[in-house]
Amino acid sequence: MALQSLDIRRRSATTFVPPNARQTLEVAKLIDVSRCIGCKACQAACMEWNDLRDTVGFASGSYTNPPDLSDQTWCLMRFTEAEIDGQLRWLILKDGCLHCSDPGCLRACPAPGAIVQYSNGIVDFQEENCIGCGYCMAGCPFQIPRLRKEDSKVYKCTLCSDRVAVGLEPACIKSCPTQALSFGSKEDMRELANHRLADLGERGFSQAAIYDPPGVGGTHVFFVLPHGDRPRLYGLPEDPRVGPLLRVWRSGLARGLGVFTMFAVLVAGVLHYMRHGPLEVGEEENEEGGPH
Amino acid sequence: MADPAGQTGRTKGLSGRGGTTGPKELIVRHTNRERIVHWAVAVAFVFLFLSGLALFHPFFFWLSSLFGGGQLMRFIHPLAGLALVLLFYPYAAQVWSDNTWLPADRDWVKNMFLYMRKEHHPGDTGKYNAGQKLMFWSMVPIIAVLLGTGMLMWQPWFAPVFPAPLRRAAGLVHAACAFVMFVGVGVHVYAAYWTKGSIRSMVRGTVTRAWARYHHPAWYREITEREEG
Repeated sequence: MALQSLDIRRRSATTFVPPNARQTLEVAKLIDVSRCIGCKACQAACMEWNDLRDTVGFASGSYTNPPDLSDQTWCLMRFTEAEIDGQLRWLILKDGCLHCSDPGCLRACPAPGAIVQYSNGIVDFQEENCIGCGYCMAGCPFQIPRLRKEDSKVYKCTLCSDRVAVGLEPACIKSCPTQALSFGSKEDMRELANHRLADLGERGFSQAAIYDPPGVGGTHVFFVLPHGDRPRLYGLPEDPRVGPLLRVWRSGLARGLGVFTMFAVLVAGVLHYMRHGPLEVGEEENEEGGPH
Repeated sequence: MADPAGQTGRTKGLSGRGGTTGPKELIVRHTNRERIVHWAVAVAFVFLFLSGLALFHPFFFWLSSLFGGGQLMRFIHPLAGLALVLLFYPYAAQVWSDNTWLPADRDWVKNMFLYMRKEHHPGDTGKYNAGQKLMFWSMVPIIAVLLGTGMLMWQPWFAPVFPAPLRRAAGLVHAACAFVMFVGVGVHVYAAYWTKGSIRSMVRGTVTRAWARYHHPAWYREITEREEG
């Protein structure tokens, strides 16, 4: 959002430092899965605030509805049945962008300013700059960004950057009736998460853990998972990383070397021509050249 | 040049135009169809290269303006790629046999740097020399890989079918191959500019007898045998 144009930490496909004079407080959303009752108020609030309406689909035999994230569904409650220690558990996960500190989408993006990361940690897509290449979707370790076919632009959760910019909490937080969702400074949220973790430990969830994966530099949406040793059960990757492929593909060094070499080829051509001149077939070569 | 009389004599022959009118003077090296396809491939390549460069490094993103902005450029790039593939492979099939690797080519490669300093005669070269053949045999697989990896990334048509890690790998391989292709084409263009008479042969289609005799003696022999026979 334009309001935050002065506090940008990273800007996609930008060769120089973005404006960063103002340093805002690093924010985070804490999702305490142990408190979530799956009411979908957050999902509805997201639709409401962002004016999103997904198409009405078909029941797929699960409470998860619509079946997947899309350009019209930026927040989705996922319901999974899992057998843990011989007991059937109904796992609920609020799926959406985690706002990584080292966002794979932003690294991958070739369009200047189509993805920005504000100094408060929010990773935001600026759709007017998006060219629809889908590199962000390849770069995201969580399969969050979704391409809208109608306009060839990619959409995802903004962490209500428009609300946060004016001191409000994201719409999903406001709607949560059980305090499964909390919003504040990253520091405060970590502290709260540790409290919740201690609580869970006392209640026998010895495997409970905080999901704030270091492979993406930590996130600005993080989870307290009762079965923290097995995030995969909830549908979260075990150890998400930016990954070596993306690092090399979009690394400034590799691409800089590539461009440098291409220039070098041009320069080599010019120098060769200056030193040796053209290869011309004169009349002398005629004589020795071949049969008459 | 050392023999102004000879030069004048040839110029007279050249003024006949058309290349085929003076069979003793000019030889047809590339047919009309070949040349048109070659330049169509070249136009597609320039489109692809400039738009690819814009996506490759932000330093070049301004090139997207040449294509009506980033969105349109992103839309055109894969279509131009498809066009290049459809033009290139039938053309490649046509010149396939002329690019068979022969023992004489090893000699050319061995003396490549001397050749670049004009200190080595091309030897018994056929229609294409070893440098041209290397270009041909590098482009044949590289364009195929660019097509394959490009399909993996093509939004919104094909990319959604493939998992993200595969698309990341495709992006990396696509960029690396495009880089090799640029260097290859760069050398190809310079070599054509350096070797006087080459660009003319791809524009007008004809070369002089002296040119053919010097650069492609084996091919010239074949031509003269056909003329006599």
